[in-house]
Amino acid sequence: MTLPLQERYQAGDSALHRLDPRVKVVVTLLLVLAIVLTPERAWPAYPLWWAMTGSLAILGGLNPWRLARMGGLALPFALAAATLLFTTPGEPIIAVPGLTITGAGLARFIAIALKSWLSAQAALLLAITTPFADLTWALGSLRVPGTLVAIISFMYRYLFTLKEEADRLIRARAARSGALPGQRSGGNVIWRARVAGGMVGNLFLRSYERSERVYAAMLARGYDGRMRLLYPPPLTRSAVIQGAVPVLLMILISLLAVAWWSA
Amino acid sequence: MHHTIDVEGVSFRYPDGTPALNDVTLYVAPDEKVALVGPNGGGKSTLLLHLNGILRSATGRISVGGLPLNDANLGQIRTWVGLVFQNPDDQLFSPRVHQDVAFGPLHMGLPEDEVKARVKEALDAAGIANYADRISHHLSVGEKKRVALATVLSMDPKILVLDEPSAGLDPRGRRALIRLLESFQQRTMLISTHDMRLAYELCSRTVVLEGGRVVASGPSEAILTDRALMERHGLETP
Repeated sequence: MTLPLQERYQAGDSALHRLDPRVKVVVTLLLVLAIVLTPERAWPAYPLWWAMTGSLAILGGLNPWRLARMGGLALPFALAAATLLFTTPGEPIIAVPGLTITGAGLARFIAIALKSWLSAQAALLLAITTPFADLTWALGSLRVPGTLVAIISFMYRYLFTLKEEADRLIRARAARSGALPGQRSGGNVIWRARVAGGMVGNLFLRSYERSERVYAAMLARGYDGRMRLLYPPPLTRSAVIQGAVPVLLMILISLLAVAWWSA
Repeated sequence: MHHTIDVEGVSFRYPDGTPALNDVTLYVAPDEKVALVGPNGGGKSTLLLHLNGILRSATGRISVGGLPLNDANLGQIRTWVGLVFQNPDDQLFSPRVHQDVAFGPLHMGLPEDEVKARVKEALDAAGIANYADRISHHLSVGEKKRVALATVLSMDPKILVLDEPSAGLDPRGRRALIRLLESFQQRTMLISTHDMRLAYELCSRTVVLEGGRVVASGPSEAILTDRALMERHGLETP
């Protein structure tokens, strides 16, 4: 048994895979921002946003329907907004004893759910078409503070080492979890919880000690508290143009949403 | 600079009170290859961590390349001493191989072109020229060990300090490593190892460390073939 942990990145050679990661990061951020800032009752804007993520998916060699399903990942989090259904003042449309759902509340909730779903698709698209190492590199060269980039990149680097360590612990437990015929095996719940707790503690200590060794290895190579990067190569003209096209579309959709449908 | 290691009367105790080194004195001459052997917990790794000031001892004196190890010389000494850790997962912390190999030279403040040239040179020297864009955690142990070596070779250290370089390698990987290390004639080397044959083949001198003390030191042929001495310290002859 191993823990399910896999990279989102799917190797490929599509236009989106080849695009400079810095352009992808900026365009994705702008796209998420534009989606989130869409006025909530600008309903026709949502299909347009989806047309955009879908088209980008096709450019990235992905099935847009599959991306749409993956975007559902964000929906449980949108449930946090469920209280809006009842707390937004307005015309009541459904009244359960004790609770009333207002039209305004329903609209707001649906808008938030749609926005989460669309933003998740945009973020997934970035993660699927860009190796994580390129993402952290792009963040670093976009002047995101070095310490922050270093933390993200360490987390990613050691997540897999940690997973392998956890897998080994689980395997070691499984290998010694025998059962005799006619005997109830596995002990009671409290005992098993204690074993699992011990494993988590063990994993924490191992990681903690590893962090000390990693830091020593950094010091040994002259680390002085500042992360340094090679200067990033300049952006090519074609990468900027390829990034500008979706940004222009975004501006267009946003303007339409604000000017037309929210009036 | 004459690339020597000079350790005199160093004692060290871990913060939890465990004594690790007890009055250790050791001199390594320029370009000399010295094997550091001894049982687990004998103080080998602790001693290695002292050589570029990761651990500092209050007693005794350490000089590297003629410079006393102190705050003022720390940076210089770290560029001279290439310390390769036992577990490559501790050494390789960047997502991609070339980023890890560039880490040391970047911290030395070298110009961009020089950094790139050194990364290429180091990867070539470690026999992994085409690994630059690989992702470190996808590599095998043998490959990671080579990358770990490249991460210090890029700093062009005159002194290589290796902790268990052959641990976890299959016979072919181990043989390749020995050949690789043999090619570094122009560097001082201190190798901590349980691999007695590696010590015998690579190092002209062997130092035995047990209980934090140097209990024997001499030509490898004499020390490593002294069955009684080896067995007394929980070791075996090659």
